[in-house]
Formats: sequence, structure tokens, C-alpha cells
Amino acid sequence: MNMAMLVSILAVTVQAGTSLVFATIGEIYTERSGILNLGVEGMMLMGAVAAFAAAYHTGSVWLGVAAAMATGGVLALIHAFLTITLRTDQTVTGLALTIFGTGMTSFLGQRLGPAGKPLVGLIGPRFERLPLPGLSDIPFLGRALFRQDLLVYGMYLLVPLAWYYLYKTRPGLHLRAVGENPQTADAMGVSVSGIRYAYTVLGGMLVGLGGAHLSLAYTPGWTENLTGGRGWIVIALVIFATWDPLRAVVGAVLFGGVNAVQFRLQAAGTAIPPAFLGMMPYLFTILVLVVITWWEAFRKRVGAPAALGLPYAREEKG
Amino acid sequence: MIDTSSDPAVAMRGITKRFPGVLANDHIDFEVQAGEIHALLGENGAGKSTLMNILTGLYRADEGEIALHGRRVDIRSPRDAIALGIGMVHQHFMVVEPLTVAENIILGLNKPRFALNMKRAEEEIAALSQRYGLRVDPHAYIWQLSVGEQQRVEILKMLYRGADILILDEPTAVLTPQEAGELGRTLRHMAAEGKAVIFITHKLDEVAEFSDRVTVLRRGRVVATLPTAETTRSDLARLMVGREVLFRLEKEAVEPGETVLDVQGLRALGDKGLPALQGVSFQVRAGEILGIAGVAGNGQRELAEVLTGLRKASAGRVLVGGRDITNRSPRVVIDEGVAHVPGDRLGMGLVPDLAVSDNLILKSYRQPPFCGGFFLHRDSINEHADNLIAAYDIATPSPATPVKLLSGGNLQKCILAREITTGRGLLVAVHPTRGLDVGATEAVRRTLLEQRAAGMAILLISEDLDELLAISDRLAVIYEGRIMGVVDAASADLEEIGLMMAGTEVSTSNPKP
Repeated sequence: MNMAMLVSILAVTVQAGTSLVFATIGEIYTERSGILNLGVEGMMLMGAVAAFAAAYHTGSVWLGVAAAMATGGVLALIHAFLTITLRTDQTVTGLALTIFGTGMTSFLGQRLGPAGKPLVGLIGPRFERLPLPGLSDIPFLGRALFRQDLLVYGMYLLVPLAWYYLYKTRPGLHLRAVGENPQTADAMGVSVSGIRYAYTVLGGMLVGLGGAHLSLAYTPGWTENLTGGRGWIVIALVIFATWDPLRAVVGAVLFGGVNAVQFRLQAAGTAIPPAFLGMMPYLFTILVLVVITWWEAFRKRVGAPAALGLPYAREEKG
Repeated sequence: MIDTSSDPAVAMRGITKRFPGVLANDHIDFEVQAGEIHALLGENGAGKSTLMNILTGLYRADEGEIALHGRRVDIRSPRDAIALGIGMVHQHFMVVEPLTVAENIILGLNKPRFALNMKRAEEEIAALSQRYGLRVDPHAYIWQLSVGEQQRVEILKMLYRGADILILDEPTAVLTPQEAGELGRTLRHMAAEGKAVIFITHKLDEVAEFSDRVTVLRRGRVVATLPTAETTRSDLARLMVGREVLFRLEKEAVEPGETVLDVQGLRALGDKGLPALQGVSFQVRAGEILGIAGVAGNGQRELAEVLTGLRKASAGRVLVGGRDITNRSPRVVIDEGVAHVPGDRLGMGLVPDLAVSDNLILKSYRQPPFCGGFFLHRDSINEHADNLIAAYDIATPSPATPVKLLSGGNLQKCILAREITTGRGLLVAVHPTRGLDVGATEAVRRTLLEQRAAGMAILLISEDLDELLAISDRLAVIYEGRIMGVVDAASADLEEIGLMMAGTEVSTSNPKP
């Protein structure tokens, strides 16, 4: 394997991982507030179709991004209303959101093209590669990391910001407290439902943004089921990351890396059937989850937010 | 010292609060002066916590008004209460375990607008803890702290917010006698600075020891407000319960028989994978109650779980009646005649949605007469239920009522009825009277003493020292998974027990049998 090949694998890894990082950080924020949203796959698909349709019709990738984030946010708002205000079961509601998103995108994909025609197969605007002057000339790493599109650079900025916000700011402290112990947060004058609404919607917007990166940059265009189960990978990555934005990157890079290697192997024409190669990232995810869960000491030390999935009501008398 | 001429720091008038089916507060009038320590005394369910939750904005009163320092206020949320200088230390601590002490203390403040300046906060907290003698490390994580330290964090949290009205809900329940004394001094210090201190309790001794005045609640109503100096323990008990209370249960002398439970060098891990039991050994004989005293979280729960087959021991042996039951399944342990009254009544002791009659046969449904191979025999089950309901005086609308609808005392009677009918030889009872009112507590303790007289060996795990001293024969003190000493309950020295609860090994005052 030569240097150029490594650079290309790393570059593909970053591209494949970007949508995952956005969505994983979004879901981490949502879960940190105590709300489990299993609708990631549905929101990501809706974000992807909204991004492509809006960009296609307006010619602006940025309007596409805005549409994707708005769509993700609105879907998450529905989840928030059902689970926070009406206190429905979070697992069931999230699953319903995914099923809704999957069906809806397959319908919209057939209708949102010009004159009500399908979107499938159309070529629209996309985020072009934009080598950063100077940085992109650094050998190896610079060539892999800084000859990417603008959303990738946005992701580079988001990760440290998400970490700083969560651990070093007042709103971040409130977010962590609400997910761990809503009673305490409430007694200290923090609005539990306000915070849960805000971060569920913010999470949905980031998931939508992840979808936009898929349909506007990574695999430009729209095909049915474009995400290919990435929404579920995100759920797994949140656990892998132990609800920490920095570790989310490690997970996304591992997953993206397996994906990139798998492409490379397919292109090189190995004897392994492509369907098996396609399975690799998903098998890898299952493997990682099994290892993490087995590693009991680890799991107990850095567990999920203690109130994850539990509704909160103040005047509940046992 | 108490200035009664000016407006009271807190004046609650005509407070009424209804929950579905319960009138928790019925037109309550309650006043506290600045500079006084005011005890709020009452049994469980008397409405103390509800009243204080209204004052702190967690609940909204259905009727009534509140005035602070003579000014009428409308407290809509905890945030309002904090802004008005009201701080509450809850019985179940309101702390977030994965956060540090300093993070917990600044939680909810809007002082640093965005970026946190932990260094400054930590310095301020250190200064405050110095001033009030509340020792705690601001950098430590809550999960690293002892219960007493967590309570100090709670108090600091209120002081940091400049609270001048402090409410403490059963503050000594989780403390050693020494820690309780230290807390008393801190409260005095705060009252001397002009703060109003309210503490909720159902312990009469604490009222006498700590408070200037006392308000007694019974069934949602104020029965009396008195200067503490003018009351006696029995007056207060009568006011609280509404009848005369016997403080000492008659404990007949029972000559202990053979050793029933023999625990040898028992070790086990806790939920977090850390050692919870580190070589525990003791014996309990027939007709004897061995009390296990200790501050919560020192291995008591793990000990009960290992003895009843619910947790694996990593080393050591458990012998019941000479037979080794170490690491056998709960089923085997039950078949060996070990009865278990767990600390978590509805979670572990009973199936909340099943009928009283079904809960009463949870350990014997496999055997005749309740079961003939595959089908249950309803007639025998109902007859059994009727017998036990009568024998143990369980107040239930019918044997078919889901058990979760019963009161705490009746839940415990159900468990005791079942365990005593299935158990032979050994009874492991964990916090058997926790959260029960005085009447039910008396009934449970009497049942335990009856079983003792009938020759049962009883291991009583409790955090209530008074209870342990009242009904056990010997007392073993557990600290960090080790038995610090075994003392005779009749001649026990409270000072010595307190030292052992805090981790000082004391030479055993009576030899093991």
C-alpha cells in the first residue's frame, strides 16, 4: 500500500464520518438532557431529502442545509412534545419517528422533483472540495484532512465547541444535571422541560445536518434509503462515545475507516462478495457494542445519563 | 435571641393542599422567627414534607398564603423560592453524583453568564465551608463523598445562595451520633447569625436537643406550636400520635439456643465492582436478635443479599443450621427456611399489581395445598389469605386488592406474614420499620419479638439506632464492609457505637458466643 492510497483512505474516512459526527453529537446532546430519540434514522433521511430538494430547486446548497436542519428540528420537536409534554414512551415514539421518516422520504423522493417528478437520479448542486490554502499542502495529514468540503470544516469546528459547551459553560452544566438528576436540577431552579425541549430540537437539527452532508457532499443526489442505516449506527456510536463529544469522533472515524477500507477492497476487486464487504461497518458496530458491554467495569464507571428515557413530572406523589 | 416583636421570617396561613384521595395539608398556620431553630414534628404522612415543598415552590398550595418578613409572596417555582432566600436540604439529597462539589453548588445560578469560572467558585466555597465549619473538598466528585459530606454540600449550596431561611428534611437520619452533634452546632451557628432554621423530624430526641420551638402536625393539621423547653418527650409523642405511646416494648428474656446462622469471613463485591464486604464473620443463635448498625452504604444491603442468595460471595461461607448455603440460588435458600424482609418493600418484597392473596403465597405457590402440579387451587389460596389477614391484622379492602394500594405498614405486615409462615429458623430483616408510622412500627417490632420468643434467629439490619437498641440482643457495627465490634445491646454505650459507625475499631465489650 503506498502513500497516495493511505491519503485517499483517510480522506474517504473523514467524508464518511462527517455525517456521523454531526448526528452523533446531536444525539449526545439530546440524550444528555435525558431524552432518548430513536428517530435518528428517520430524521437523517428527512434531512437528506429536504437538503437535496431545496438545493435542487433553489440552486443554493446553503438553503439545502437550512432546510435539512429545519426539517430535523421540526421532527425532533414532535418527539419532544410527545415525550416531554404528553410523556409518551420514548422508545416507541422514537421508533415511530423513524418509521414515519423512512416512509415519508420514499414518498417525497417520488414527488419533489421538477413538476412533481421523482428526485431520484437528478443531479443538483453540491458542496465542492475546497482545499484550504497552506494547510492542504502539509504532507499526508494536510492532504487528507484539508482538501474537503465546507461542511467537513464545520465539523472540525463543531467538535471542540460541543465539548467546551458541555463541560465548561453554565448551560452545559445545566444540561448535564438535567440528564443525570432532573429532580435536583428542578429544585435548583433549572427548567427541566425547557432544557429537554431545547436540546431535543438542537439534536434533531444536527441530525438533519448530518443528512444534508450525505445528499449534498458525500453521495450527492437522492436515492431511497440514502442513509443506509447510519441513523442506527449513530445510536450505537453514542454509547461507544459514552456520551462524550470527543469520543464520538473516534467512533465515527473507526466506522468511516472501515467503510473506506471496504470501498477500497471492492475497487481492488477481491474475491470477497461485495455484499459481505458492505456488511463490514455494521458488523464492526455490533462487535464494538458487545465489547463495550462486556467490559463491565468500564460501563459502570461512565454510564448513560442516569435519567435517560425517564419522563419527569414535578408533583408526582408515590 | 428570638425576636418575636418583628414580623416572622416565615408566615404560612391557611395552607391547604390536596392530592388525589388525600388531604395532605388542611388549613395549616405555621410561623418561624428569624434566629430560631424550629422543629416541624409529625409522623409519616402528617404533611410535613408537603408543607415544606409548598414553601420551596415544588408544589403549589390549593389555598392559603405565604408571607416572608411581613411581605406577601407568591412562590411559583423553586427558582422563586431561591430568589426569596429559601433553601431546602432534602432527605434524599438533591445532588448530581457525576458532578463535582463546586459544580453542584453553582448549579442553577445565573451568575457566570456563560463560561464557568470554577476556580473562583471553588475559592468562595472553601471560604464559606471554613466559616460554618462544614468540611468538604470543593474539587471532589459527589460519588466520592460520604453521606455526611453530601449533606454538608447541600447546606453549603443554600448558604452560597445567601439563603436566610433554611429547611432541613430529617437531616440526622443518615448521620452517626457524632455527625448529628456537629450538624447541631452548625445549625446553632446559623441561627445565631439571624437565619431562620426549620427542621423536619419524627424523632423526639432531636426536637429536645436542637430546637427552640416545635410545631406538631397530625394528619395534615397543626396540633400545637410550643416552646421546646416547655415540652416533654411524652407530651410530644401524644400530640404526634394522638394517643399514649409505649417507648419500651416488653422484651421477655429468652435463653438463646443453637447457632442458626454462621457467617465466616464473607467477602462480596458491590454494584460498582468494588469490595462491599471485606471479611464479615458473626453468628446468630435461635431466639436471638442480632442487630447490624451502621451508616447507610457500608455493606448492609450487600450482606442481606448474599445471605438470601441474591448476590454472589467472592469468599467466605454462610451456614444456616449447619448447612452450607454459600452462593446457592435464592430458591435453595428459601427451601432452607431463610425468611427475608427486604428493605425495598414494593420493589423486592411484593409484586405491586398482584392481589394480596397472591403476594402471600409468592414463596409457597409451588407446594400443596396451593398448587396441584400445574393448576393453582384458588380456594386454599383465599383461605390462607383470610387467615393471615386476620392473624396479622392487615388492613385491606379484600384479599383480591392489588397490594400496591395498601399503606406502608400494611405492606410490611403482608411481607412479615408471608415470610414468617414460610421461614423456619432464620429471618433476615432489612429496615423493617423504615417509613412506617408509630403504630405500624410498634406492630412490626412486636412481631419480631414474638418470633424471637418462638425460637427464630433474627438478623436485623437497620439505620435506626433506637430501634436496634430497643429490640436486639446484641449489636454488630458495620463499617466499610467490616464488623467493627459486637456489643451487648442492653449495656451498649452510644458514644462507643458512634465511634465504631465512623470507622474506629473498638475492643468488643462482650465475647462472641
